[in-house]
Amino acid sequence: MTSLIRGKPLVLDAATTTSSTLPPCGDIGLKPEHFREILAQQPMLGFVEVHAENYMVAGGPAHHYLERIRDQYPLSIHGVGLSIGGQDPLDEEHLAWLARLLERYKPESYSEHLGWSSHGGTFLNDLLPLPYTTATLARVCSQVDRIQERLGRRMLLENPATYVQFSASTMSECQFIEEVVRRTGYGLLLDVNNVHVASVNHASSAHDYILGLPLEAVGEIHLAGFAEDHDSAGAPLLIDSHDVPVAQIVWDLYAFTLGLTGPLPPLIERDRDIPALAILLSETRHAQALMDQLIDTPTPATKPTPVHK
Amino acid sequence: MNTLLDDFAAALLQDSVTCPPGLHTWNGSDPAQRFAVRKNNVTASLIDVLAITYPVTLALVGEGFFREMARLFVRASPPRSPILALYGDTFPAFIQGFTPAASLPFLADLARLEMLYVQSYYAAEAASVMVSEMAGLLADERRLAQAHLTLHPAVAVLRFRYAAVSLWAAHQHRAPTGSMSRINLEEAEAAILMRHGLVVEIFRIEEGAVTFIDNLRNGAAFAEALDMAAPFN
Repeated sequence: MTSLIRGKPLVLDAATTTSSTLPPCGDIGLKPEHFREILAQQPMLGFVEVHAENYMVAGGPAHHYLERIRDQYPLSIHGVGLSIGGQDPLDEEHLAWLARLLERYKPESYSEHLGWSSHGGTFLNDLLPLPYTTATLARVCSQVDRIQERLGRRMLLENPATYVQFSASTMSECQFIEEVVRRTGYGLLLDVNNVHVASVNHASSAHDYILGLPLEAVGEIHLAGFAEDHDSAGAPLLIDSHDVPVAQIVWDLYAFTLGLTGPLPPLIERDRDIPALAILLSETRHAQALMDQLIDTPTPATKPTPVHK
Repeated sequence: MNTLLDDFAAALLQDSVTCPPGLHTWNGSDPAQRFAVRKNNVTASLIDVLAITYPVTLALVGEGFFREMARLFVRASPPRSPILALYGDTFPAFIQGFTPAASLPFLADLARLEMLYVQSYYAAEAASVMVSEMAGLLADERRLAQAHLTLHPAVAVLRFRYAAVSLWAAHQHRAPTGSMSRINLEEAEAAILMRHGLVVEIFRIEEGAVTFIDNLRNGAAFAEALDMAAPFN
């Protein structure tokens, strides 16, 4: 297993990027609630991630703290507003904001979502599903090309959490992602929670989904918590809520993924009901334990010992 | 002809439970119900943004009333930009015309102050005049009179028809108990906002001081700005 880990490229080479890649260590989404504590305690973290749009303001405390934290940690900037796959033309004003933000903070990684969020000039504040058709594919590829050209760097795109499917889709999400990777050279931000949520919601196999991805393109992993609801037939409907700790079943799926990719530190996302920093850090330690176990175990670690509640 | 995304987006922003066409579920369950989950999340997340920007407005009317008022605003004025920090700058005007809140005529003024607070919070950085330089200026009356001062981007002044500044202050955690009962809501007030370090501070100021600051902002020299304003302390 060790040789496979060492031999496998964990992230694509940096030929098309202007910066290095993210270091292997547990990571968290950076929240204002934890600004001071992180600066005071300087916990061991691989990197911190911020939502780009929260820093698209002229000044004030957000920039004050991000500058100081960025001095101490590698940074990932994660956009939620470019509306990739949407019908509106790319928002060049928003791209210009992003360019300024990337220039100012020089993050090690920059990512967006495979999904649209604006329509007819209205921002819908959600990452909405796409019909996987050749027309959508052409649109996504041309938008990704334009973004990478404008920002002068390679981007990562995150797989979505979906609740319904479009009857018009002519290819699976994995096929769609693989084709965009092939045509644009972007990297994949693999959100393992989204894989679980979507596979439950569409009664498909999460393991098959992960096996069907171009895993050599994975540059970052996200883990988060979900909420559980039910559809009108009483079947479980999972919501990508980011308001609870990572579920055991998602840790298991992460461990399965690690068995295929080698060690890839996950970013723990928590966007609502933000807990104490110590709780998030304990989740990053659990991720580290899974990676350590992978290196020590001769076979892929698909059955990790749960240390996380 | 509408595309799938046109229909999807339109249904997201409507109140009715209509489901956009072209969706299916693996088990034949009603796609409208699954779609409604997403739709509710979209609206709720935008109401949450307004609740963060307008905490005192929320405290005054209560959670239920606030969320319903905000929901109607979100329907009428969804964001036009993915940057939500300043979303809802037209909410005070909406409140002004919101009939169910007519019995609280001061509410729109209070909301204006809360939006101004957020604008000041996110305003650009700018170098301040050095204390030594300012002291020199204050000691030299003639130079001071002719000085053209540039206001820091985080400085703002505003007049209110009602006692919005006192209302706001009474809802801050350091407010002395009973401060609400001493407010004369009918009294017109004015405020100055400035950012001190990382904290936005709000002070009640006199009418003349607002005119003075406005004059400075419009490029008047110090003495000229003072002359054109009503006397104030």
